[in-house]
Amino acid sequence: MPYFESPLSLCLALLTLWGLIGLAGLLRPASLGFVARTLFPLGALCGVALAIVAGLSLAMRPEAAVLPLGLPDLPMHVRRDALSSVFLFLLGVASAGISVFAAGYFRRGHGTSAGLMCLQYHLFLASMGLVLLADDAYTFMVAWETMALSSYFLVTTEHRIPEIRRAGFLYLLIAHVGAIGILLSFGVMQGGSWQFTFEAMRHAHLAASWAATAFLLALFGFGAKAGLVPLHVWLPEAHPAAPSPVSALMSGVMLKTAVYGALRVGFDLLGTPQWWWGLAPLAVGLFSAIYGVVFAAVQTDMKRLLAWSSIENVGIIFTGIGLSIVFTGVGMSSLGALALIAALYHSLNHALMKSLLFLGTGAVLHSTGERNLGRLGGLIHRMPWVAWLTLVGALAMSGLPPLNGFVSEWLLLQSFLFAHQVPHSFISMMLPLGAALIALSAALAAYVMVKFFGVIFLGQPREPGLARARDAGVLERLGLLWLAAGCIALSLLPTQVIGALGIVVRQLSGATLPSVTAPWWLLVPLPGGRASYSAPLFLIALAGVVALSVWVVHGLYHRRVRRAAAWDCGFGGLNARMQDTAEGFGQPIRHIFGALLAVRRELPSSFDREPRYRVVVGDRIWQALYVPLGGLVQRIADALAWLQQGRIATYLLYSFATLVVLLALML
Amino acid sequence: MRPIEIVTQALELVAALAAAPLFLGWVNRCRAWLQNRRAPSLWLPYRTLRKLFFKDAVIAETASPLFRIAPYVVFGAMVVAAGIIPSMGTRLPFTVAADAIALVGLLATARVFLALAAMDIGTAFGTLGARREMMVGFLAEPALLMVIFVASLISATTALPAITENLATQSLGLYPSLAFTAVAFTLVLLAENARIPIDNPATHLELTMIHEAMVLEYSARHLALMEWASALKLFNYACIGFALFVPWGVSTGANSPAALAASIPLLAAKLTVAGAGLALIETLSAKLRVFRAPEFLATAFLFAVLGLLVHLLLGG
Repeated sequence: MPYFESPLSLCLALLTLWGLIGLAGLLRPASLGFVARTLFPLGALCGVALAIVAGLSLAMRPEAAVLPLGLPDLPMHVRRDALSSVFLFLLGVASAGISVFAAGYFRRGHGTSAGLMCLQYHLFLASMGLVLLADDAYTFMVAWETMALSSYFLVTTEHRIPEIRRAGFLYLLIAHVGAIGILLSFGVMQGGSWQFTFEAMRHAHLAASWAATAFLLALFGFGAKAGLVPLHVWLPEAHPAAPSPVSALMSGVMLKTAVYGALRVGFDLLGTPQWWWGLAPLAVGLFSAIYGVVFAAVQTDMKRLLAWSSIENVGIIFTGIGLSIVFTGVGMSSLGALALIAALYHSLNHALMKSLLFLGTGAVLHSTGERNLGRLGGLIHRMPWVAWLTLVGALAMSGLPPLNGFVSEWLLLQSFLFAHQVPHSFISMMLPLGAALIALSAALAAYVMVKFFGVIFLGQPREPGLARARDAGVLERLGLLWLAAGCIALSLLPTQVIGALGIVVRQLSGATLPSVTAPWWLLVPLPGGRASYSAPLFLIALAGVVALSVWVVHGLYHRRVRRAAAWDCGFGGLNARMQDTAEGFGQPIRHIFGALLAVRRELPSSFDREPRYRVVVGDRIWQALYVPLGGLVQRIADALAWLQQGRIATYLLYSFATLVVLLALML
Repeated sequence: MRPIEIVTQALELVAALAAAPLFLGWVNRCRAWLQNRRAPSLWLPYRTLRKLFFKDAVIAETASPLFRIAPYVVFGAMVVAAGIIPSMGTRLPFTVAADAIALVGLLATARVFLALAAMDIGTAFGTLGARREMMVGFLAEPALLMVIFVASLISATTALPAITENLATQSLGLYPSLAFTAVAFTLVLLAENARIPIDNPATHLELTMIHEAMVLEYSARHLALMEWASALKLFNYACIGFALFVPWGVSTGANSPAALAASIPLLAAKLTVAGAGLALIETLSAKLRVFRAPEFLATAFLFAVLGLLVHLLLGG
């Protein structure tokens, strides 16, 4: 196969194909049959092809190319290495499932026409791919901005609703504040050579302080895209606003491009990182993990809940990156590799399971028209396909063995167990406490997922309209099934996944995991009998015991079952409104973490004719940081407003004055 | 994998399945004695299980298949957990598949299924119980994980049998960190097994119950499995405690049949003392309001974290 000589060109061809599919949408923009039933499945096939190419090219040598595109003297540099491959694989796998789902999802009545949306959607996919392949700062920034803009238009699909326009604006604003950070970071990294190719940056010798500045700027920029606290505010607004496949794509894949960027800058462009750089992503990551999951637990909107949960997961990923930098910096390279593998593994896991959950909410939203958890319930009877497939995602997200969420958290905890060996006395004692926070956030994630799944799918329908809910269509089921199968594959084959990720880490930081001889089904990350885990054996044992007990109980006794009404204590009059609402289920969290949350409650008094109870949970960071910042910007703008006279002569005067000043400076 | 290892593994599973209801019966008997009541028979839990298995199952009309699967999953998880914990010998073939972190995950899996099943019927009791159980769980689980972390740091492994072996075979190990974590573990054990002061296994008063609220809709064989699973959970927790804090007497190293045989009466003796101790704690303390449960569990979590800090400070 001669084409496999160059997976890079295959990847570029597939990205171009995505662009063309998008453009094809404009041919018959109003035809839903053409756009949704033809173009989106084609896009999904492209995703599958991309995943295959990227997966097969993982172990191949890096290859670079110069494309004769772009400005004169500024050709576009592209390069594919193992790090790009693994994220391209993630993009391909996740987008394949999401596109198939989207093919069955988009219907008439959305604000943007189907064809235009198809263009935005595929442009979004292609630009994410280009971000992963870019090998110079210009190409990277162009792709990055295309990604931000196309996703902005996707978020504001239903632009007639003011809240959605506001959410879109907030997203665009923070995306650009972040982009400035990335741009400045590239500016520092070129190190006076004015060469903006990544190759030049790799060889630029930066002073330690400048390297640290570049790293922190990049962390700020990519953190804004990833949704690290305190730059997370756009996530809970933008994800609910977007159509569900777009939310899935943004949360599952786009956040990972920020992880990619942080890894590219931290490990590749800046060379070997200093150990103390790692403390910043570690601290921010841990805080984001706890902050995100606490807010997720008190949400009442199902997509907002998932958005907060994404903040938690991104926090866990950055914790892994930070820990890896600390280990690598102090020379414990194999532990650095372990922590980095944990972060990459969690990125893959999160891409699949969060996409699965977002698509599940999309199916629910379509069939019920309701996003508020308090108006759902009992859908497992009406939508068994969606319910059971979402359950896979929910259990994986809770970090329960033998599913995939557990594997990455297990790896992260294993690497935390070595943190006390870091040769810096105070830090070495503080680091293991991070494990406590990771454990806490994992346990809270289970709380969140029980709430999410239980309130939506279990119990009785809280509204009479839910009785008309219908299960998802064939294409939607197929999309969900694809992602659930991906989750299960990642659960059962951890050794193989870690082997593949080991290639990435070796190319990125030169570190390898020590080789351990173990059978294919047994995961032994480190030698010396420290720890081992086997998902297949675990699953077989659990399933075996369950099957055996079903068989024994049914065989020895009987299988008679009678159906009766639920127990009502003999009083009668139980109804669906007596179940816990989402607010009720989050009440213990509001109680325990009251200090983190800004809770506003309206309690009814005993004299009210129509007693109302309302509780609003606000984000303290919004109040403490963004409101004053916005006020400051407004005051500065007001102060400068006198410049705007509205007369052309005045503006010409400004130009003249500027020219005079410039000339004076030049001469 | 030698035959004796397989025998140890099988013996542990059978012992856990068989002795768990007896252990529960023993705790109940001690409680009755301490409270000047006439004690029920030691074999009462077995008779209850037998009775329940023969009854017709009554299932609410609103139940989904999840409700019927959950008892088997919860029971299965507890049985698998019993296979991970070294209660008699440390050479257990299955433990390569799951270390102590996976054990905590397995207990969490059981909890999540229990909570989901409780929410499935859609009555106020079920959701209330599920919410409270998850509240207890999210605080108790990290505390338990921290307890295990301290023991892992001491032994440089997260494999539970290796931890036990290391702690049992040291000539004289005095670990102040283990003292802190033992306190934390005791608090977690009380909370996780629906014991006073967090929950009351004997109550059916809706304002206070947690575990009973969740299994309220279960009957017959499903209830039997749930009850058996919760007895197994108590047994498992006791054995985790023995494995971490009183590992002596467990058959280690070469694992000769004699050592294995000797470990059985020792385990029985440990369980007898632990059951009496549990009954004593339950009798001496009063039930906490549900709102106070987080404080209780935060104490456990902080004790465990303190144990970790003490371990790191003293250099283990």
